[in-house]
Amino acid sequence: MKPDLMVKAGIALLALILLSASTYVVGETQQVIITQLGEPKGNPVGDPGLHFKLPFIQTANFFEKRFLEWDGSPNQMPTKDKRFIWVDMYARWRITDPLKFFQRLRDERGAQSRLDDILDGETRNAVASYDLIELVRSSNRPPDSVPIETEEERIVLEEIAKGRRAIAGDVLLAAQGRTVDLGIEILDIRLKRINYVDEVQQDVFARMIAERQRIAERFRSEGQGEAARIQGERQRDLQRIQSEAYRTAQELRGKADAEATAIYADAYGRDAEFYSFIKSLETYERTVDAKTFFVLGTDSDLLRYMRAPK
Amino acid sequence: MNGDRPQGPLDWVPDIRDIRRVQRPRWVNPRFLGIAALALVAIVLLANLSFQIRPEEVGIVLRFGRHVRTTEPGLHFKLPFVEQVLRVPVQRQLKEEFGFRTTEPGIRSQYAANAFTNESVMLTGDLNVAVVEWVVQYRVTDPYMYLFKVRGLTETFRSMSEAVMREVVGDRTVTEVLTVGRQEIATTSERLLQDLVNQYEMGIVIDQIVLQDVTPPDPVKPSWDEVNQAQQQRDRLINEARAEYNKVIPRAKGEAGQAILQAEGYALERVNGAQGDATRFKAVYDAYRRAPDVTRRRLYLETMQRVLPQLGAKVFMDQGTGTVIPLLPLEGLRGLLGDTPPKPGGQR
Repeated sequence: MKPDLMVKAGIALLALILLSASTYVVGETQQVIITQLGEPKGNPVGDPGLHFKLPFIQTANFFEKRFLEWDGSPNQMPTKDKRFIWVDMYARWRITDPLKFFQRLRDERGAQSRLDDILDGETRNAVASYDLIELVRSSNRPPDSVPIETEEERIVLEEIAKGRRAIAGDVLLAAQGRTVDLGIEILDIRLKRINYVDEVQQDVFARMIAERQRIAERFRSEGQGEAARIQGERQRDLQRIQSEAYRTAQELRGKADAEATAIYADAYGRDAEFYSFIKSLETYERTVDAKTFFVLGTDSDLLRYMRAPK
Repeated sequence: MNGDRPQGPLDWVPDIRDIRRVQRPRWVNPRFLGIAALALVAIVLLANLSFQIRPEEVGIVLRFGRHVRTTEPGLHFKLPFVEQVLRVPVQRQLKEEFGFRTTEPGIRSQYAANAFTNESVMLTGDLNVAVVEWVVQYRVTDPYMYLFKVRGLTETFRSMSEAVMREVVGDRTVTEVLTVGRQEIATTSERLLQDLVNQYEMGIVIDQIVLQDVTPPDPVKPSWDEVNQAQQQRDRLINEARAEYNKVIPRAKGEAGQAILQAEGYALERVNGAQGDATRFKAVYDAYRRAPDVTRRRLYLETMQRVLPQLGAKVFMDQGTGTVIPLLPLEGLRGLLGDTPPKPGGQR
């Protein structure tokens, strides 16, 4: 190979290396601080695209320009009314001053651990200063009219003074105050999850179960009571109907008997003696039969003509 | 040439001048290699020159990291190596599931809910616990924001969705959440989430939030069912009692009517009978009045005429015969009453 081809290749390679060492690409999501021998130099570069720097002497340090998320690990903490709950917060933050960020926190790992301290601490303070109901509710809206049938089912929502959002707002303000000189800005912090600690949850479940059972009991006893009342009604109505019918029937019979008696009396009363004569004859005729043993005296009227023709 | 120099111990080392003239295969010559290399470079360049955007996407083109243009679906060209393309689905509806995952989409999706109770268990406004599963459906409307404004956009979006849902559920009673409040919860959380998404500059739009299973926690479920059962039990008891009533009372009324009618029948019978008897008597009496003595005698004798032949045993006793020991032959009477023929008593 010709020596000066090699020299040309060598020079080209060197030029390439030099070129790559003096340029850097800033992405749409990045911002860059140029450091010279470890010391920051100049303003942060936020413009995306190709940029130039001194090769080797200057280093490009890249930082996020995007909104970043901090997600706290869930922690057990007590509320003001001594209830233990799991609280899981998340926050949104951003590197606003990469220079300060670089000086104070160095890199994102440092930032995350600082944020952990600050946000965890502020959260604990907030949770311990308020009752659980304040952390759960955000407004005093009245519950929708749910169709309820028993008094037991009526649930009243406790009123709150502050509410979830306002408390999160307080935490945000406090945290923002503490991160002012770190080159970052916390934009939002919210309660992602609140849950009861296991032992407390068991108690809460027991309470819910008892509540429901009370309602169920109420329904059952209502049913039994109403059924008994209807049963009583049935008996009462039955007796009423039967007794009224009896009374009316007896009245009718009585009236009829009275009328019949009056008719008889009127008829037979004209000659009671004749009536008893007729009636006795009929009775004789009906009473005697083949089995009757009859003793007749000869002085009876019937046998009169047996003794003598006159 | 070899013959000019004296032979020595290093004779086996080939002369540098000879190396140059060693035979090489014909194709290994610089020009061919050069052409092959150039062709390779050309191919690579061409491959990096064009790109395809699918119908539901748009392409974001970056040159040296800087966004230079957004391309519609189709075939496009770009500067190789220097320019880079990121694809963003803007027409496709994306979704995030909470409290469950669809493991196999199909006509019947299969859910795996057990592992995601952390996402679905939440506190209600009356400090009870409910289990809520839901889906958020959304679309990308601003691809630039979607790509470059928020890091870990999906994770952040999920955190926001959970926070919003819990905020909305936390303001309602457990009964509302489980029964009448479902629609309202969905629409309210849609609104709140959209506001938050706009505030966070995410470049997405919420299409819909759909609540899936909303239930009380497992240990509590039986007691909720118990309430339903108790309600049904109550209704059943009441209905049974009413049915009993309806079985008994109408029949009693009917029977009462019947008794009254029977009494009326009796009354008519009685009165008519009495009137009949009275009329008959009056007729006989009127006839009797015209000739009382004769009629009396006649009636008497006619009756005797009918009666006496019926008698089984007749004894005629003369009054002058003195007294008779009153002896009542019970044996004989018993015989009379039985099958044996009557024995005549004392006769004279």
